[in-house]
Amino acid sequence: MELVQMQKSLQDYTKSLFLDGVLDSQFLQLQQLQDESNPDFVSQVVTLFFQDSDRILNDLSLSLDQQVVDFKKVDPHVHQLKGSSSSIGAQRVKNACVVFRSFCEQQNVEGCHRCLQQVKQEYYLVKNRLETLFKLEQQIVASGGMIPAMELGF
Amino acid sequence: MAVGEVMRMEIPSGGDMSVTSPELHVLAVDDSIVDRKVIERLLRISACKVTTVESGARALQYLGLDGDKGASGLKDLKVNLIVTDYSMPGLTGYDLLKKIKESSVFREIPVVIMSSENILPRIEQCLREGAEDFLLKPVKLADVKRIKELIMRNEAEDCKTLSHSNKRKLAEYIDDASSPSPSPSPSPSSSTHDDSSAKDFPSSKQMKSADEKFSSLL
Repeated sequence: MELVQMQKSLQDYTKSLFLDGVLDSQFLQLQQLQDESNPDFVSQVVTLFFQDSDRILNDLSLSLDQQVVDFKKVDPHVHQLKGSSSSIGAQRVKNACVVFRSFCEQQNVEGCHRCLQQVKQEYYLVKNRLETLFKLEQQIVASGGMIPAMELGF
Repeated sequence: MAVGEVMRMEIPSGGDMSVTSPELHVLAVDDSIVDRKVIERLLRISACKVTTVESGARALQYLGLDGDKGASGLKDLKVNLIVTDYSMPGLTGYDLLKKIKESSVFREIPVVIMSSENILPRIEQCLREGAEDFLLKPVKLADVKRIKELIMRNEAEDCKTLSHSNKRKLAEYIDDASSPSPSPSPSPSSSTHDDSSAKDFPSSKQMKSADEKFSSLL
């Protein structure tokens, strides 16, 4: 594939993530923090997010599988995930966490189980999308091209 | 400089404030590894030196405020600003803020609180306790820029006041050293004043003009 085509694909792909609400403007903030001196900043932060989220989701599954659910343990985990997803612009994960927290507040076990599934779904979606995005970027860089700056006019 | 003393800006005698501005050293406190990475980058890109720690307890340890005398050697650079998350396990950002403001050594360090929750009573509580500002997460570059400008401006004003009052003192000294010729009393009533006040009048007039001369340099 030609370099220009790859760059266009990347732009279209990124744009679709914003239009679908998978990512929000905070992701653009992160991209602004990336430059020649820190060319991998975004992927580094996102990788930390993936590692952190895997851990949190695992803890959440364990907590909710207990005979007696300790919501004092569950809520802080959801709060953490809400925070980190918000920090990288993973909008749908963040929104799913907001709903999750309200069920924690109500101490609704059934509701929390459903929420955990929803959060996991959104998380795997954004993880998949971002991994694809980074692959596209890598292909461009490998072909000697530059990552085009994100246009904000949509 | 004494431990904990806030870094002062050097103001060249010409009064030009834009020349040298040393980097702020910021201590960033957050239990989220993702947020620590982001805030560190936000601060570095804003030309600040950054130290990140993961808890209020570690922050106190870094500052040497945890009562453990052995830990005071950890800090190699003076801290000019503390930015802390509010919701942390153990010591909250508010608890940390209180401990810093209670410390005679560190209370002058500005503290900024960050939170993902826009809770007005929480914000008010922090500001009342002496927080410099409150940032809503997710933190953006514009937020960090604004905080940095605020801190630098406060530093500059402190220096200006210090420098200005030093110049006043200098003017007074020059005045006292030379003996000013007494100017004619502006009103008959002043002739009833004793000698000291008659001397005061012309010298205070001279001091004012000396001040004006110096102010124009700033």
